[in-house]
Amino acid sequence: MTKRLFMKGNEALAMAAIEAGCRYYFGYPITPQSDIPEYMSRELPKLGGEFIQAESEVASINMLLGASATGVRAMTSSSSPGISLKQEGISYMAGAELPGVIVNICRSGPGLGGIDASQADYFQAVKGGGHGGYHIIVLAPASVQEMYDLTMLAFDLADIYRMPAMILGDSVVGQMKEPVVPNKRPERNLPPKDWVVRGKGDGEQRVVKSLYLGDGELEAHNWKLHARYGELKAKEARWEEFMLDDAELVVTAFGSAARIAKSAVMAARDKGLKVGLLRPITLYPFPEKGFRAATDRCKKVLDIELNTGQMVEDVRLSIARDAEVFFYGRPPGAGSLPTPEELLEQITKHYV
Amino acid sequence: MRHDVFISGFGGQGVLLAGNLLGYAAMEEGKNVSFFPSYGVEKRGGAAMCTVVIADGEVGSPVVGNPSVSVILNQTSFDKYASRVKPGGVCIVNSSLVEMGDFSRSDIELIPIPMNEIAMQLGDLRMVNMVAVGAYAAKTGAVSLQSLEEALRETLPERNHRFIPANVRAIEAGAQRSGSPLSK
Amino acid sequence: MQQVFKKPVSLKDVQTHFCPGCHHGTFHRLVAEAMDEFGVQKRTIGVASVGCSVFLYGYFDIDVVEAPHGRAPAVATGVKRARPDAFVFTYQGDGDLAAIGTSEIIHAANRGEDMTVIFVNNTTYGMTGGQMAPTTLVGQRTSTSPYGRNQGKDGAPIRMAELLAQLEGVAFSARVAVNNPKNLMDAKRQIKKAFRYQAEGKGFSFIEALSSCPTNWGMDPIKANERVGTEMCAYFPLGVFKNAAEF
Repeated sequence: MTKRLFMKGNEALAMAAIEAGCRYYFGYPITPQSDIPEYMSRELPKLGGEFIQAESEVASINMLLGASATGVRAMTSSSSPGISLKQEGISYMAGAELPGVIVNICRSGPGLGGIDASQADYFQAVKGGGHGGYHIIVLAPASVQEMYDLTMLAFDLADIYRMPAMILGDSVVGQMKEPVVPNKRPERNLPPKDWVVRGKGDGEQRVVKSLYLGDGELEAHNWKLHARYGELKAKEARWEEFMLDDAELVVTAFGSAARIAKSAVMAARDKGLKVGLLRPITLYPFPEKGFRAATDRCKKVLDIELNTGQMVEDVRLSIARDAEVFFYGRPPGAGSLPTPEELLEQITKHYV
Repeated sequence: MRHDVFISGFGGQGVLLAGNLLGYAAMEEGKNVSFFPSYGVEKRGGAAMCTVVIADGEVGSPVVGNPSVSVILNQTSFDKYASRVKPGGVCIVNSSLVEMGDFSRSDIELIPIPMNEIAMQLGDLRMVNMVAVGAYAAKTGAVSLQSLEEALRETLPERNHRFIPANVRAIEAGAQRSGSPLSK
Repeated sequence: MQQVFKKPVSLKDVQTHFCPGCHHGTFHRLVAEAMDEFGVQKRTIGVASVGCSVFLYGYFDIDVVEAPHGRAPAVATGVKRARPDAFVFTYQGDGDLAAIGTSEIIHAANRGEDMTVIFVNNTTYGMTGGQMAPTTLVGQRTSTSPYGRNQGKDGAPIRMAELLAQLEGVAFSARVAVNNPKNLMDAKRQIKKAFRYQAEGKGFSFIEALSSCPTNWGMDPIKANERVGTEMCAYFPLGVFKNAAEF
């Protein structure tokens, strides 16, 4: 086994980006993700890459757009208020079919809110946070190892499907340290980037754009994107199942909340309660099949989130018709992170 | 086996370093571990706190409500975290700085250790965290003292390796005061 | 027979969509001539902005990335950093560059990005129907300043060429016009200089190009052309405001 490293989630993410071949990073400081630009500013120059601390979040997402249009792997990272500012650029990237990785180490809001762990950006991430009706790939790591592995996956998926991919974490997965196996970049067949701007040379002119004014052009473009989202749903939905086989209550949660929930599930099992966990790893595409299969058999679902109820809407859309969904969540803020003990109470309450 | 612990004190007492050291030591032993530093508002108040979970299997939640052990280095932390230890748990307290007053919980084991004095006797007040880590490791067997020594080598930059022997003495001193046989 | 005049190879052989009397077409040609002269067409990546200038790729036979409104200098930064061997320029209007994109232009310029910016100033938002721009002259009536631009309320028009010349990162900054042959010949010279800066890797170069907008000014092409030389040049003086390498 490769030697394990004891690392912070944010640093593992940055390390994975570099392993994935990312040599261009554009960002702006904001807590609690500044470890990422700090890491990149230290490491990229050694590799002949480029790090720019941009004048704004708006500029950094557009630098990502420009770099990505040339075909290189590039990344930006921020936290909630900064991600709001990036939405314009994300929409343009989605429209222009540009890959690129965007990291949101989510903090609490609305507005300036606070810096505590939060999952209140779920809707913004999975429903297409900017204008125009699009989606991006959204991955939700629940451990430092996943901060590493899913970041590499994000680059691959973005390239395969030609769309931005987001890592949606928070200060729990960003700031905690755990052992990490620094896996090598997986071998994968990636489509050729025959669309990048490069200077036309003796070839055909290439244009990277999202403006379509001709009769029927934009409609066709949107249907093409829609079909790609369908393909993504069919092929790339990922989730973890834990003790679901005989479960009489399915607990579901993503990211850091799933870690807390998992301890609660284990504690429930110790008490003899048949409880399992279904953890979405991809938030977009949402693991609809996983929920459908689980609720074909088990008719009770308890959804737990660090917000007042967002993913629960997608859960309700995915389950078997006769299943029941309960919700437990806490809006984020100092002292509002639920404990496994607290979640065990909820499990016990809904189990009967 | 699953061990969870709160380590708390004020900024400068080496609380986070202590947690990190436990994390490295556990990893060196092939275990799973999470180290979660408290974050944000408390930082500004000069308080430092971290949660470390060590497990042979899955760590599960890096966030803990009621830990089985709390290592407490100052008064504020005592007032805040002593009551959170779960029944049957252990509270290792730096009695040099903590006035326990009429605190009474018969369902937990209180281990007062004059960590400041011990560190001073060993030559450096900054080793309070090492005394604390030694006491925790010996009391719980979460990691061995030997792994802690190896972890020091991993975590300290080469130029500071000359301080390792003194730190090891502090770890051992803490272990001796924990009331448990050394888990070497 | 000797050919003495031809279409630059960097331009496509297409009909323009620009209004009669608009100077965009002329500036396109001057930029294309400079591109031909430096032989950079095949390695050029243009960055289009939002406004009348968005159809850059319809006229220039080069690779183009389209930027969100005002963000062209940031997009160009990403392009140039990833492809330092490419020849990169943005082509932006005044609403795009001097209003919504002020932050991006100032910081790209200040970083001294090795790129060229062609800034077309026609004192109005052309594409959206002639609203007040940051460059609209005091007293000028537009669809959102129906009583004329009021300096007390709206501020005075911004002189971008002078403003950017103050920044350490800017190597070259000039303002040009094409309202008469003399100015046109000078404009051609300055645009070539701006390109030379990038061709020789000597830093950020900026051209402010004064343009007419007969449609939105409510003038015929001749009157609009005259206004460039009179009202506009009076407030926006032509000239070179920075020429660090003394080209």
